[in-house]
Amino acid sequence: RPTIDRKLLESLPNLKVIGNSGVGVDHLDLKMIANFGVKVTNTPHAVADSTADIGMALMLASARRLVEGCQIAVSPDTKYFAVDWLGVEVTRSTLGIIGMGNIGYKVAQRARAFHMRILYHNRKQRRKEEEEAVGAHYCEKIEDLLQQSDFVMLVVNLTPETHKLIGKKELGLMKPTATLINISRGAVIDQDALAEALQNKVVRAAALDVTYPEPLPRDHPLLKLNNIIITPHIGTATVQALRMMAEEAIANMLAVLNGQPIPSEV
Amino acid sequence: MEYQELPYVLIDYIGGKHGVHEDHVEFLKKYFHLITLKEYIENKKFLSEKIRAIYMWYHKPVVNEELLQSLPNLKIVASSGVGIDHLDLKLLSGYGVKASNTPFIVSSDTADLAMALMLASSRRLVEGYQMAVSPDTEYFPADWLGDAVSGATLGIIGMGSIGYKVAERAKAFEMKILYHNRNRRNKEEESAVGAVYCEKIHHLLQQSDFVLLSVNLMPATHKLIGKRELELMKPTATLINVSRGLVVDQDALVEALQNKVIKAAALDVTYPEPLPRDHPLLKLKNVIITPHMGTATKKTRLLMMENMIKSIQAGLMGLPIPHEVLL
Repeated sequence: RPTIDRKLLESLPNLKVIGNSGVGVDHLDLKMIANFGVKVTNTPHAVADSTADIGMALMLASARRLVEGCQIAVSPDTKYFAVDWLGVEVTRSTLGIIGMGNIGYKVAQRARAFHMRILYHNRKQRRKEEEEAVGAHYCEKIEDLLQQSDFVMLVVNLTPETHKLIGKKELGLMKPTATLINISRGAVIDQDALAEALQNKVVRAAALDVTYPEPLPRDHPLLKLNNIIITPHIGTATVQALRMMAEEAIANMLAVLNGQPIPSEV
Repeated sequence: MEYQELPYVLIDYIGGKHGVHEDHVEFLKKYFHLITLKEYIENKKFLSEKIRAIYMWYHKPVVNEELLQSLPNLKIVASSGVGIDHLDLKLLSGYGVKASNTPFIVSSDTADLAMALMLASSRRLVEGYQMAVSPDTEYFPADWLGDAVSGATLGIIGMGSIGYKVAERAKAFEMKILYHNRNRRNKEEESAVGAVYCEKIHHLLQQSDFVLLSVNLMPATHKLIGKRELELMKPTATLINVSRGLVVDQDALVEALQNKVIKAAALDVTYPEPLPRDHPLLKLKNVIITPHMGTATKKTRLLMMENMIKSIQAGLMGLPIPHEVLL
């Protein structure tokens, strides 16, 4: 917000730049904006840490059944804690990162400290030094990543190529013990296929910070499942990230207005 | 090996909510003739001389003087998990019975849970989930914020195996790490995780955004964190406990959370477990509690079982016992 439409652009003849806070720009009609000679900037650096943190938070919470556990701990019906109530390990398991940009790479840095085996799929392979620094192995074919991963994390931009990137076929390729984590955009997943996969235990669980739409309609099948965690798009919802996004957006906008090199032009 | 030759080992029971895991039994039966407490009580005369070891799974069966007196050939009690505060080591020693635990293999899972609690608390994950699924939710508010873990200061009280593994993980989040421990770690260990030693606990408490308790429970750590320590913490700080409930003065914690003396708490352990259903900690919005699940993964439980088998076998053969717990 504010929503950028043709009417607004026509009424602002001296508009030079739209400084977007956050990294995603799928909500902007970039072609239309370019036709008006207006530049668009985003804040990729400000969002990276907080979004990578949420990816890790969702992976850990899902694996260790944290939300369910909290419910058990406070439920009025709880008389004892069952000893055979178990989650799955994160340390030494395999994480497949789909989308190894700024955020994906920071996820890899964090996951490495948990001795995770890291696979990644990306438009371009990263440089050898970058791969070695986090112990990441490139999977040119997404299928190879899907078949080997215990956790699959989506960290891509939403573009026509990534729309419904994960559908019935991809979910079918995943291990039945695997968890899908999404911190990119809801539309990267075919949500109907996901609901079906979760119901039929084709995959173990999902943890989504993003859905389509947000919020989901209250009668959506994803809300009824007990092997899913959904959070309300809080990837950048920290006091610190908010301040950094404002600072990065301001720096970008000033660069445009002063005719200087633009740090994060889209 | 004939069935009758396997050593007789006492357990509480199999399956259900608190017993030895059903899918562990087949493996255990390769090494031991398992006797449940119920079977023992029904056939005390025959079994009391036969039982040479106790496989104590999650603190059961309880070993008291009466039981020790009736098991003249008991050599060893193998206890699951790393905590031993539930064992009366003096009593066992008096009867010439050795004890073992399962340290180190529990460390990664417990460290992972500590990180999970820190992230969930600081990013308000449980609240966020409730909002995302609530029937009343119409939109997600834009001004709803948590606090960052990346770049924040973590104070680790208890830098043993678990505490150190937390430090390794926290370093990857570019956290500043302080620690307080009975003994200072060596220079290489400190620099590997960028941890700064705080000889005085109050220095750690005053500077930390997250305070993690990963100590053993013993007389010196009983109610280690009380009113004074909570007041030394920043009002924006979060207390995380993966050690034992009794390390914290719970009444003081309730008061501190109610009066916003500290921001929040995330507890995998309480005293007792579970808390009584009317306990004030269950009503506070700024607390998350998990049901003592630090080691609750299939893999780790299997490793614990394997460790315990080895300790019992060594104990019965008079060999040095892996992970023996000494007085």
